[in-house]
Amino acid sequence: MEIDFTHHQSAHCENGVVSNLMKHNGFSVSEPMVFGVGSGLLFCYIPLLKVNHAPVITYRALPGHIFKKFAKRTGVKMKREKFSNPKDAKARLDENLKKNNPVGLQVGVYNLLYFPDEYRFHFNAHNMVVYGKQDDRYLISDPVMEEVTSLSEKELEKVRFAKGAFAPKGHMYYPISFPEKLELETAIVKGIKDTCKAMLAPVSFVGVKGIHKIAALIRKWPKKKGIKTANHYLGQVVRMQEEIGTGGGGFRYIYAAFLQEAGKLLGNEKLIELSKEMTEIGDLWRDFALEASRIYKNRSAQTDSYNKVADQLDHIADLEKVFFRKLKKAI
Amino acid sequence: MKKKEVPQDKSNLESANFRELCYAVDENGEYTTERSSGWEPKTVALNNAIEEIKERIQDAKNRVITGETSPIEYYMELHKMDVGILASYVGFWQWKVKRHFKPSVFKKLSDKTLNKYAETFDISVEELQNIK
Repeated sequence: MEIDFTHHQSAHCENGVVSNLMKHNGFSVSEPMVFGVGSGLLFCYIPLLKVNHAPVITYRALPGHIFKKFAKRTGVKMKREKFSNPKDAKARLDENLKKNNPVGLQVGVYNLLYFPDEYRFHFNAHNMVVYGKQDDRYLISDPVMEEVTSLSEKELEKVRFAKGAFAPKGHMYYPISFPEKLELETAIVKGIKDTCKAMLAPVSFVGVKGIHKIAALIRKWPKKKGIKTANHYLGQVVRMQEEIGTGGGGFRYIYAAFLQEAGKLLGNEKLIELSKEMTEIGDLWRDFALEASRIYKNRSAQTDSYNKVADQLDHIADLEKVFFRKLKKAI
Repeated sequence: MKKKEVPQDKSNLESANFRELCYAVDENGEYTTERSSGWEPKTVALNNAIEEIKERIQDAKNRVITGETSPIEYYMELHKMDVGILASYVGFWQWKVKRHFKPSVFKKLSDKTLNKYAETFDISVEELQNIK
């Protein structure tokens, strides 16, 4: 069976699944709108945790949070289920497909065979929609892919029951009820306020302070860890910022797109102006990535060049501090 | 970022024949999307990360050959895992997995335990015991 489902490519998987499921149910909600209302934008250094033997920083909210907040703020009711037994997980999925209900799934990336090998890491917070089954193959709409694809029963089970941090445990979700009219206006205001609060949080590893924290760490890495490790760490920072899913500039461009759309919807000129400012900040993040890549490309950098990229980050942090204060006042 | 500035560099995405979606502004300042085939700064970062993994695999392999570690560590690296991830796949504590890295302990592992590792790495017990 195949459900009549339209695949739209998105930059980020979680926004994409929400946006695609909303569109399927007759509500036209763009990816940036999902991201903004769900307060997706963030900067956070996660102390003590290492992934791929390097420190972890994230430019977005924790997996699942965008979805949860978006649903709550717009009044959409979601059903979420996790399973301890793969058989139950499969039965429940098949049941939903029979009822013509496309569902969102959380999966691990490592065994997603349609991804290029180089991108297959043990990352367990990827999202996709299953919209049908043909000859024992599940029809998959993976939002970051240009086209739809498919997975065998065994392949899908493997990614649904990937292990490690954020293990999906067969996590399946889908909307079960919608408000009569989607009240985006109040949801936008809540989403923006929440983002400003997080970005200006008085916590050393979160938001604007977190950016300063990473800048300080980058200054120390070459001496403390040696050039090789420092470059490996710096490379990971850039990958978290730019790798598939952020839409460029560590989600800053998606957020700018959201502010523009929100400004038009609310008739708020200030938001449209701030969208331009966020675009410029996004460009600075790109400049940082470019400069950092020059360091890890030639592998024999001077301590000076690490200080230079750290200066760039400190500058971005200062700008974002002013930016989010203005944004808070603009709504 | 302007729409026409969205980078179209060569990257590893090519092998899977897809481009990723970026957000950018058009000439009227309106936000829109554009597909990107890749951007060099991140391709270099990714290639370096892969290089690093290859070095770790080679290093583990050498240490298996010289009898310093068991093949479990080699296969762990081959599958881009760390001890935490491997432990959660096989269902042992991390300290236990680390103990299985000792060649003397590895030699005495039960068939049941060996099977767990072999299954996780998608290989036979024979392949687990004799690395290529």
